[in-house]
Amino acid sequence: MIEIDRITKTYGTVNAVDAVSMTVETGSITVIVGTSGSGKTTLLRMINRLEEPTSGEVRINGKSTSSLKPHLLRRRIGYAIQGHGLFPHHTVARNIGAVPELLKWSRDKINARVDELLALFSMDPAEFRDRFPAELSGGQQQRVGVARALAPRPDLLLMDEPFGALDPIIRTRAQADLRQIQRKLGSTIMLVTHDMEEAISLGDHVAVMDAGKLVQYAPPAEIIARPATDFVANMVGDVERPLRLLSLISVSEIIEPGEAEGEAMPETASLRDALSACLWTGRDALPASRGGKVVGRVTLKAIRARAGAHA
Amino acid sequence: MKIGLILRPALIALLLALVLRPEWFVPIFAPFAPEGGPVIYQRASMLSLSVSHLAIVALASAAATIVAVTLAILVTRPAGAAFRPLSRTITNMGQTFPPVAVLALAVPALGFGAGPTLVALFLYGLLPIFENAVTALTNLPRATMEAARGIGLSRWQCLMRVELPLALPVTLTGIRLSIVIALGTATIGSTVAARTLGEVIIAGLLTNNTAYVLQGGLIVGLFAVLIYDALVQLELYLLGRMGG
Repeated sequence: MIEIDRITKTYGTVNAVDAVSMTVETGSITVIVGTSGSGKTTLLRMINRLEEPTSGEVRINGKSTSSLKPHLLRRRIGYAIQGHGLFPHHTVARNIGAVPELLKWSRDKINARVDELLALFSMDPAEFRDRFPAELSGGQQQRVGVARALAPRPDLLLMDEPFGALDPIIRTRAQADLRQIQRKLGSTIMLVTHDMEEAISLGDHVAVMDAGKLVQYAPPAEIIARPATDFVANMVGDVERPLRLLSLISVSEIIEPGEAEGEAMPETASLRDALSACLWTGRDALPASRGGKVVGRVTLKAIRARAGAHA
Repeated sequence: MKIGLILRPALIALLLALVLRPEWFVPIFAPFAPEGGPVIYQRASMLSLSVSHLAIVALASAAATIVAVTLAILVTRPAGAAFRPLSRTITNMGQTFPPVAVLALAVPALGFGAGPTLVALFLYGLLPIFENAVTALTNLPRATMEAARGIGLSRWQCLMRVELPLALPVTLTGIRLSIVIALGTATIGSTVAARTLGEVIIAGLLTNNTAYVLQGGLIVGLFAVLIYDALVQLELYLLGRMGG
């Protein structure tokens, strides 16, 4: 559990981060979202003490972060940033093994960990281990950057706009991969972004920052349905709110018995996809499938009811 | 590249022949020697002069590298930033004094021999190395530096594992310039009795023997070209490993 307790950072007379308190549960993804200058990156950098807080405290599993020397603290906290920040003069394997090396793991243990992580990120260890970062594509560099952050099995992984430098298609895949790997490893992740779409699709909790203050900290569905302030509503985007809400609900939640014409929709798809299919093919209902077998249907009426349910 | 494959071994062979078997070149240099005068410098062997010349250059350049790089590291730390203008002035001053003036001024203090030459070459070599090292250390990729701190490298580890290796190619360019300048400048050290290849050139100038001047000049020139080339290859190799 990560507890952030009234943490403040003051530059001159301006509070870049103003008495922010929040609690992050172990094994969840928390996305901090805000416009530039909202203090979201400063908040993140105070957790691993790249910035020293002016006042307040961060506790990781009950232990204050100020009880360790900053560089020793950082070895226990993974850190991945925009533009990956890999060491250009080291191979992929040395990059991923950088922190375990600092922690004096044995060579065998480091090599095993490097191969394990490369495989986890669907990169063949034999092929990629000895390459240099410049020989990788942008998406591969980003994955190696995240693998490096995960290498020492950190208590917490901090990510500062990790997908910011990727093109939209690769970004969507990288987000899905991160989600999947996080579920598999049970990692605790705090991620900073300016993209509300990314926050909603990735976060178990979303923290919205505005002018140094935490204005709302809630699960994504609640952020969309009940934005705390006009600023949050604005970030979510009024026009797209129903669609964003539907994108969080899976088809399986509203399957009803019955039949429908046409191509089936897998139950893991979101209602947004189902709605899109209805509109595109001019149908009022779609068959819903589980593992390739049709188990019922989804109707346009049920989708509409669900979208309006928050009111 | 193809030209280099042929030219490089040819130049090395020519240099070796000039240093080890100067008597082979009698027919070539004879037209430049005065009537009945000696064609090949005999008072010292080319090999011993070359070794002494290279040793003076190596010593002066090594000292200049250590001092300039140490200075560059210090002034690129947050605590040392205030000293950057001062250290720039000092190293610039090294270049402002002509080496001949340094030699003249150093002789009373250090006496005749290699001492004054070492001082002059050392002072003259500081600036290119210092400037390049400072430029390299202040233009490191930001994301890499941020990540290095963020994943928990201490300041010392950051310097040794990330900053210096990344700054190496550009620093090496400075060292290369400094060495090549020193190779040429060392010849004037012979005016204050340092044993360098300048001895041959100066003997030629004093006795109006162009053959000596050619012999000494060719050897120094070939050393400069080949060492320059070797260092360029080293830089390219290092840059290639980092993906440019």
